[in-house]
Amino acid sequence: MLTFIFRRLGTMVLTMLCLTLVVFFLINLDPNLKKLAISQTEMHTSAEQLEQWLVTHGYRENFFVRYGQWLGVIKKQPIINPQTGEATQRFPFCDDPTEPVYSGVLEGDFGCSTKFRTAVAKKLFPALGATGILMFWVLVVMIPVSLLIGILAGMREGSRTDRTLSVASIASTATPEYVSGVIFTVIFATWLGWLNGSAASTRNGITLYNFTLPVITLAIYGIGYIARMTRASMVEVMTQQYIRTARLKGLSFRSVVIKHALRNALIAPFTVIMLQFPWLLTGVVVVEIMFRYQGFGYTLVEAASNNDIDLLLSCSLVSVFIVLITQLISDVGYAFLNPRIRVQ
Amino acid sequence: MQLEFISVFGIITGVIARFWPVWIALAVIMVPSYVYKKKLGLYGQLYDSGVGIAGLLICLFWLFTAIFASTISPFNPLQQLVVMKDALPGAIDPDTHKVFLFGGDKLARDVFSRMVYGSQIVLIIAPAATGFALMVGITLGLPAGYYGGRIDSVLSFLANLVLAFPVILLFYLLVTPGIMDTPIPYAMAGLFFLFPIIFFVVLFWTRFKNRPDRLYVLLAITLILGGWIYAGLVFDADPLGIVHIAPNQLNIFVAVVFASSPGVFRIVRGLVMDIKTRDYVAAAQTRGESPWYIMLWEILPNARGPLIVDTCLRIGYTTILLGTLGYFGLGLAPESPDWGTAIKDASRLLRAVIHPALPPTIALMSFVLGLNLLADSLREQSMKD
Repeated sequence: MLTFIFRRLGTMVLTMLCLTLVVFFLINLDPNLKKLAISQTEMHTSAEQLEQWLVTHGYRENFFVRYGQWLGVIKKQPIINPQTGEATQRFPFCDDPTEPVYSGVLEGDFGCSTKFRTAVAKKLFPALGATGILMFWVLVVMIPVSLLIGILAGMREGSRTDRTLSVASIASTATPEYVSGVIFTVIFATWLGWLNGSAASTRNGITLYNFTLPVITLAIYGIGYIARMTRASMVEVMTQQYIRTARLKGLSFRSVVIKHALRNALIAPFTVIMLQFPWLLTGVVVVEIMFRYQGFGYTLVEAASNNDIDLLLSCSLVSVFIVLITQLISDVGYAFLNPRIRVQ
Repeated sequence: MQLEFISVFGIITGVIARFWPVWIALAVIMVPSYVYKKKLGLYGQLYDSGVGIAGLLICLFWLFTAIFASTISPFNPLQQLVVMKDALPGAIDPDTHKVFLFGGDKLARDVFSRMVYGSQIVLIIAPAATGFALMVGITLGLPAGYYGGRIDSVLSFLANLVLAFPVILLFYLLVTPGIMDTPIPYAMAGLFFLFPIIFFVVLFWTRFKNRPDRLYVLLAITLILGGWIYAGLVFDADPLGIVHIAPNQLNIFVAVVFASSPGVFRIVRGLVMDIKTRDYVAAAQTRGESPWYIMLWEILPNARGPLIVDTCLRIGYTTILLGTLGYFGLGLAPESPDWGTAIKDASRLLRAVIHPALPPTIALMSFVLGLNLLADSLREQSMKD
């Protein structure tokens, strides 16, 4: 088991290295650098000055040198004034060093956000915290509801409840966040006026009024999928011999479902729930933009549309990390929950 | 100026009347299919369940809407009639006396016509991109599952690499105006569009290599047709000028294929690993058939059930991806009538006007729902056998 986890962790590190390299390459394409230079200099700067800005800020150095600097295995250089030899910070707004040092991701320095004019860590971690709160409430809503729907539908396959709930869960998987968000806003905010169509006011405190819409919008897309997987798993368990034995022994249907079927039927949904995280990540971006909630998704979109190199790299690092760690947890957890695999 | 309106009943009958070519086409297709469903195999079995009929009905509805879009829509989707800005549903255009059935949007365009034309964009790109993703996934998934070992490790690592990317980040990196100045989208298109040609060449070669009369004809057709489409799509150099794709459309097309082919790869790989243990594969191996013959002519036909179901779901998922692209304003032109862009435009003004938001959302939702219902009923039917 331990060697398995270590091998997976090794693959994970390799994957993260490859992915950040790809992101680094795409972000540093020439048109993107030009866009960055234009946004970081004064209006009406000539082409030579833009090029000059890129050179002095180190954007024209060798690609691998710069990747190494970001990673922290090559020293970061300050700007050296060619006449006086005086060293100045590359970006004064986030404590860049004035002498060459190793200062990259491995040393815990995520770099400098050119869009928000602050250190990436100062911007990214509060945003992650905000998204964490959102995710927490989404999971609180999503998991019980979807498991309940799945169990009720899978308990008696082919019954009227099963058909109704199955069609409802298919409908919910067919509704992406930007669709359900619009529909919910129209119904609950514009027509009924019960809820707030914007979560911008959550900074002054989260209330049912301003936080319900983002949470249910994000939850609804996942509910259908998890419910369908739970149903499939439940249907399979209900046809097993031991369920029939328990029924023939004279136990009530209710106690067979709760004591015998549930425990075995919930192993598969655990994996599915863990693997939902990557999907939720895209949903988070849509929902945060739609409801103006300043979390991770909002930061990612701002970083991407302003070509904020360090911030976007950190965002991709975080999201890739989340995807890979949830995969690992789902594999390890599955082995733990399922005795047949654990013994092997 | 005061606009005149027609009643709610008038709007409903008006919409139903505008869709007349769709109703006729649906009747022509579905009534005979229902009558002869016993003789139509898997397709006929769809008519046995309510879910199947509903799924098929919705999918065909949007298919025919896309085909007859120019007949159905009363206005040009880009035409702006200034008086109709934010007009409510049922408003009558004072000049032409034609009705804005679903009202006008903030740029005074007809919401109904835009919804109808939006279906064209979605129904061209989504199935085509899914088709290419299928080709890429099958061509790479077959050897990965069949040979295992190093090929499998490398390909699976690459597939997991792409799957570990959050889709939205991938799109923000791959679908930008800047990237169209670089050769990257064209290189990726060149690579992806090669797969269907390789697939069909290998397919025919393995089957007919001892029958040159059939082989050369089929290979010639594949290479000429494939090369023609390839030249048109990748280099925009179709000598006849028929196959043409705008650079921004090529860009989103490539990004969508890139994002969804690893999923197909994983499914094909899993299916192949399961099927290669069957007796008929062992029989073919004993006969001395080549590995690619076994993969393409023994394993692939037997994996078709789950693959068809997955393709249905995947077209729906690709539609959602296209909507996401439109919602973030990536790739598609800002005035494009596709559903995602329309939702983006309308959702910013939801406090004031809601009617431009509802038609595209309901259209997108119903189309994906139709595909999911279809997939569900196909899965149920294929499990029965």
